[in-house]
Amino acid sequence: MSQGTIKTTTGYTEFHPRWYRAPVSVYWWLGQWQYLKFILRELSSVFVAIFVVITLFQLRALLSGPAAYTRFEHWLQTPAAIVLNLISFFFVLFHTITWFNLAPSAMAIRVRGKRVPDLLVAAPNYALWLVVSVVVAWFILRRPF
Amino acid sequence: MERQSNEAFFWTLFSAGAVVAALLIPVHLFLFGLAFPLGWIQPPAYERLLALARLPLTRIYLFVLCSLPLFHWAHRFRYILYDGLQVKHLNEVIFTLCYGGAVLGTVLAGYLLWNIA
Repeated sequence: MSQGTIKTTTGYTEFHPRWYRAPVSVYWWLGQWQYLKFILRELSSVFVAIFVVITLFQLRALLSGPAAYTRFEHWLQTPAAIVLNLISFFFVLFHTITWFNLAPSAMAIRVRGKRVPDLLVAAPNYALWLVVSVVVAWFILRRPF
Repeated sequence: MERQSNEAFFWTLFSAGAVVAALLIPVHLFLFGLAFPLGWIQPPAYERLLALARLPLTRIYLFVLCSLPLFHWAHRFRYILYDGLQVKHLNEVIFTLCYGGAVLGTVLAGYLLWNIA
């Protein structure tokens, strides 16, 4: 009920001290398996970069002639390179799988108001991956050119 | 954050690089990194690879294969350092090293692919 009092609005905001934020340890990601999985997923990008660097060396060897390319192929056969590529391969696969599984969350597709099920968004990515891999392998491997 | 306005551009590069890396790198890494060196599959001869690499389409393909994943790495690695290791005070240095590295790799790839005789 109105009693005739006029509410005066103050022209300033009252001071409030900063909210307390607990300092985060540098090793926060070791705290839970989910955190570690996240960091490993992000770390896969390092192995992606390593693959590009190796490919650049391969292109340079290709440029430099058959002898240089043979030396490059021999380097790829050294145990260190095999181990590096094996680890890289698993990290790259981890990147692919986590990326495709994330796609439904990134693209929230709705058909007639209902959210498309996650599998229907992820599956075409996997199918495309299979097709592209076969096509690329065919180009690299086919005998007569 | 001052970088708010540019963030979408770098995220787009990151995302494109992620798609290229996800679709193409597994098969390349499997063939050239494991199957050929370990003798599981007979590797193609040097002449064949060179002939393949000379085609304009292959050069563009290889350029995309080398360039975009590097930008993917740059964006992700920058945030690993920022969020993971909490290295927030070196923002400008990290930004320059990451994206600069990606640009350098792109330039190298362009130079090499341009000069495949």
